[in-house]
Amino acid sequence: MEFQITKKAKNVAFGLMGFGALLTIIGVALTASDHHFLTRFLASGLISGFFFFALGLGALFFLSLKYATETGWYAAVKRVIEAVAGFLPVGMIVLGVVLLVITLADGAHIYSWMDPEVKAHDEVVRHKAAYLNPIFFWIRTLVYFTTYYLFYRGFRNRSLEEDKVGGTEIHFKNYRRGAHFLIFFAVFSSTSAWDWIMSIDVHWFSTLFGWYTFAGMWCSTMVVLVLTTLYLKTLGYLPNVNDSHIHDLGKWTFATSFLWSYMWFSQFMLIWYANIGEEVVYFQLRIAEFKYLYFGMFIINFAFPMLILMSRDAKRNAGILVFVGLMILTGHWLDVYIMISAGALGANATIGALEIGMALLMAGVFIFVVLRNLTKAPLTPVNHPFLDESNHHEI
Amino acid sequence: MSDKVLYVMYDDDEVLKNSAKQLVAKGVKISEVFSPFPIHGIDPIIGVKNTRLGIMAFLYGLTGLTLATVGMRFFMIVDWPMNIGGKPNFSYLENMLAFVPITFEFTVMCAAHGMAITYLLRNKTLPGMPAQNPDPRTTDDKFVMEIRLSENHKVTEAELDGMLQEIGYLELDKKEIK
Repeated sequence: MEFQITKKAKNVAFGLMGFGALLTIIGVALTASDHHFLTRFLASGLISGFFFFALGLGALFFLSLKYATETGWYAAVKRVIEAVAGFLPVGMIVLGVVLLVITLADGAHIYSWMDPEVKAHDEVVRHKAAYLNPIFFWIRTLVYFTTYYLFYRGFRNRSLEEDKVGGTEIHFKNYRRGAHFLIFFAVFSSTSAWDWIMSIDVHWFSTLFGWYTFAGMWCSTMVVLVLTTLYLKTLGYLPNVNDSHIHDLGKWTFATSFLWSYMWFSQFMLIWYANIGEEVVYFQLRIAEFKYLYFGMFIINFAFPMLILMSRDAKRNAGILVFVGLMILTGHWLDVYIMISAGALGANATIGALEIGMALLMAGVFIFVVLRNLTKAPLTPVNHPFLDESNHHEI
Repeated sequence: MSDKVLYVMYDDDEVLKNSAKQLVAKGVKISEVFSPFPIHGIDPIIGVKNTRLGIMAFLYGLTGLTLATVGMRFFMIVDWPMNIGGKPNFSYLENMLAFVPITFEFTVMCAAHGMAITYLLRNKTLPGMPAQNPDPRTTDDKFVMEIRLSENHKVTEAELDGMLQEIGYLELDKKEIK
């Protein structure tokens, strides 16, 4: 069945974009005289740019994981995953523009290592310059973007071609490509998190940081997949998706929430226990200035899914899933916010019209792009070799 | 009270599932199925209720969590405050992070062991307990359905035999229980 965007969905998407744009303009008007304005504006762009880019990237990762493991159950929701991954090109453009403006503004106090003056006076930055310099930074960024885009195009084209020709040849090609992507992604998920986010706190480093960012990305993606699938179900699409598919997606949300919490705690506890000056600064700032936000964010992302999603019935209940999902999604946006804003602005970081406006604007764009991607192909893949298994999925 | 048990044997799980469906449709209660592996989808057919083992796991986990917290607070804070890594233990809350891994492990251990022991007890399969499967071949490649006459008052033994003849089976074994 072909998907049609309803008028209501279109109105919501454009409404979010309009409202977000309005809030952004109000935010600009309110803070333009502030001498932190440029930093805050770009940091806000980086938060929402990265967060929504990561949703698409998480879906691409999840898709390639399913290919590489030759999973069967997901075939009925495969087009949903593809549609979310299809946000990648738009997300890359937004993130790329934000990064470009930051680079042109000599780091804009976000990437202070880009600033020649900081480099001249800061010995730590000078020692890191072999890796952290604008040219190498952009080479890496472009390599990430190109790799992600090529793999996405490949998966999508092969998936559409499979609808026409069938057979298993495409399946095995996807299987190999999925494994290849995972190899690239294993490295890039860490290094890109270091480049784009960890280098904001340029003196600080944590080897776990890449996995931590990746876990948050994955968890948010799973929430988006659950929400999109449930939305399509309520409209009467995806007739073959049953409670067991929803249950499985719910389990992934539950499990990845734990993965994220585990990463958060591992990073925090090791640094807290070792108590080394260079390492604790990161948390000192965040606890001193954003105590409630920082721990509140952790409680939302950990306790909510744990306590509410633990039982089997909850993972099959659309209302509970939507409620918890929206909470976690907000929680992970706050996580990205604290990672970026607290690093860039220190104690001056606040959530105002600017941050919320840009997030809503991007949310509107995201919803519109994902829904439009859904219209471009049949919602159920026609010739996926595991489709029959998926249609009879029962747990 | 004396009882008569019918053991109906099959050599394929799908065949067993089919005949179970037909028998249940005729109002026969099947009390147990013995199989070398879990048969997917047999539970709703013979009317096995959803397991409550998960609830017990949660309760055991909660016990572990409480025991670990109370224990560590006593050992490390009250009884003998220890100074580890320059972090004197004067309050549990301030040193909570250090206790989290142990709390986690103990919760998992209690939940896992409690669940395993409950499972074995409930199934009466603790080590050393007599085997319950009526035929050793059910651990290899045969599937057996157990029907108790005491649970089937609506049908007589003769009627049951007739139904089974009609549906078909590999072997039929009857046993009197005193």
